[in-house]
Amino acid sequence: MKFAVLVFPGLTCDLDMYHAIEETVKQDVEYVWHTEADQLDSFDAVLLPTGTSYGNYLRPGALAKSSPACKQLQAFAESGKLVLGVGNGFHILVEAGILPGGFLRNQNLKFRSALEIVRVENNNTAFTKDYTQGQMLTLPVANEFGNYYADDQTVEKLKSNNQIVFTYGDENIDGSTEAIAGITNERGNVLGMMPLPERAVEAIIGGTDGTALFQSIMNSRGEQHVN
Amino acid sequence: MTKVTIYVTLRESVVDPQGIATTEALQKMGYEDVKSVRVGKLIELELDGSEQTIEARVNEMCSDLLINKVIEDYRFEIGEVASK
Repeated sequence: MKFAVLVFPGLTCDLDMYHAIEETVKQDVEYVWHTEADQLDSFDAVLLPTGTSYGNYLRPGALAKSSPACKQLQAFAESGKLVLGVGNGFHILVEAGILPGGFLRNQNLKFRSALEIVRVENNNTAFTKDYTQGQMLTLPVANEFGNYYADDQTVEKLKSNNQIVFTYGDENIDGSTEAIAGITNERGNVLGMMPLPERAVEAIIGGTDGTALFQSIMNSRGEQHVN
Repeated sequence: MTKVTIYVTLRESVVDPQGIATTEALQKMGYEDVKSVRVGKLIELELDGSEQTIEARVNEMCSDLLINKVIEDYRFEIGEVASK
């Protein structure tokens, strides 16, 4: 399986994502710079790391729309292949219209770097099948704009399609709608999440609760995502 | 050249953490008459084009990039660029 770590200017945790693939599933992985993403469809999965793309100007993730890679990413997602965006990568997926919703500044107005208890709300996805339903994970978060917002109508839709994959299981400090920590698109082939699984793949730093996410992706090879 | 001033506000249904903190700060400073603060932003554009096309053009730019309609509302004013 061939992974791309798609890097927009200002995304700083590309190395962590790259390392997580090497560490967990030991597959081919390449950095793809946003101006060189015309061959994106030669990959099996695209990973969007976290960081501060375009300085978080205007809104976090918004200015990524000015890159040609945004259209290539939209096309990749539409093809049904797997896309994972974490942290600022989740912001980009939302701003690109690939996932619904928006992001606000954290409720307490602080940049928050912490270990968070995260609940697996749906283990029937390509990204979570190696977890158990309701499993409580400990995953790092590091963000200032972790406050996910969706209106009532969108929340209803997310719920009825089982698109809410992760919620904060302990305290919803950032103030996210319905304590949402991660969602998929309707088809289930795109996951955006604020917790950072790539920082939790080694016992010596941050724990290993992120490992099963990458293993799930591996174990979903060849499946069709046509909900 | 035309100047467009876009006022961006958070949608009413959206909780504004900055506004809440600012409300509390003002009240602590003795402005107890302040019941609510909402913090938005102002975007100023200077652009070429005729009066007729600019409105549609600005709406298009707002949808494409400047506004996230899930969390934000906007309105704008069209005027002349003041000569310098």
